[in-house]
Amino acid sequence: MALPYRTMNAEEILELYFVENRSRLLDIASFLDRLDRYEGANSARTDYRYASFMQAVELLKSGLPGRTAAIQNLFSDPTTEPLESAVGLKASGAWDGGLK
Amino acid sequence: MRAIDPHIHMVSRTTDDYLQMAVSGIHTVTEPAFWAGFDRSSVAGFRDYFHHLTVTEPARAARFGIRHYCWIGLNSKEAEDIALAGDVLAIMPEFLDAPTAIGIGEVGLNKNSRNEIKTLEIQLDLAVRRNELIMIHTPHMEDKLKGTRIIIDMILSEPKIDPSRVLIDHAEEHTIKMIKDNGFWFGLTLYPNSKGSPERAIDAVEIYGTDRICINSSADWSVSDPLSVLKCANEMRRRGHPEEAINKVFYENPNSFLGQCPKFQTG
Repeated sequence: MALPYRTMNAEEILELYFVENRSRLLDIASFLDRLDRYEGANSARTDYRYASFMQAVELLKSGLPGRTAAIQNLFSDPTTEPLESAVGLKASGAWDGGLK
Repeated sequence: MRAIDPHIHMVSRTTDDYLQMAVSGIHTVTEPAFWAGFDRSSVAGFRDYFHHLTVTEPARAARFGIRHYCWIGLNSKEAEDIALAGDVLAIMPEFLDAPTAIGIGEVGLNKNSRNEIKTLEIQLDLAVRRNELIMIHTPHMEDKLKGTRIIIDMILSEPKIDPSRVLIDHAEEHTIKMIKDNGFWFGLTLYPNSKGSPERAIDAVEIYGTDRICINSSADWSVSDPLSVLKCANEMRRRGHPEEAINKVFYENPNSFLGQCPKFQTG
């Protein structure tokens, strides 16, 4: 643990955050296992959100800097043209490729 | 420590939350007008809501020694109905004149539709004519990147708006740079499921610095935490950042931005 008013180093960051992020990783694994276990898994795995999620997992593994922003961009609508109407639409967490 | 929560929806919180905030160090809040969780059926619903923001809530907060300020605006989720939007915009000046109303907000985009953009244009024009501070709501999740780009282009195309008098809120990792590079203030929201965490907020402080950043809870009727700005300050503290920097992010910065409105004074 860092002393007050001293910048931490990477080893201390690992020490401070490892256990809680291990838990988050297990939550993701459990989510994917749950999806596989339930009826209709094959269909769910064709959903655009699932595809984006698995691409995000690949980005996590990439080892490249700026992974958080890269995953945000992966989930984002990259277009620039306004929608004709927002009636009945809500955010789903991932871009559907313009299907809606 | 002292902290200002520049974006919290106290109409949706209990009186006990006021007590918890007061004893924990949050003595000043600003509350932007927002979506109630359902679409209001007429302008009368907005009139009652604006009355709540400008009269009822400051009195409720004062019982605990908290100063309550508000922003008046038509949120983007109810901007699709252009006729209703016109009616609401017509009553906004009356409430903007209230002694605790410090600007127009939270206005912006939700799904980036043409009617949302049209309604935002009208509210930006009102802000120019009245020289009001502006608090911008950026869209959620997959719509945020596109919406933030559109909003920035809209504001920069109006030379009478000074970006230093605009806070673009709900920024995230992929939108912070474009907001800050264009001279705006940016807000980070600590909202557990759909926006940011204390850890990610302090990552942003470390990457982008302590200038022109305001961190808020946006606590409302959904899963949210009215003490989250203090928990975020503690996240900064446990990483070893000095108290001066923590005070800048959680007190001096919102005080500087909000203090551009002469009505605003901290508690």
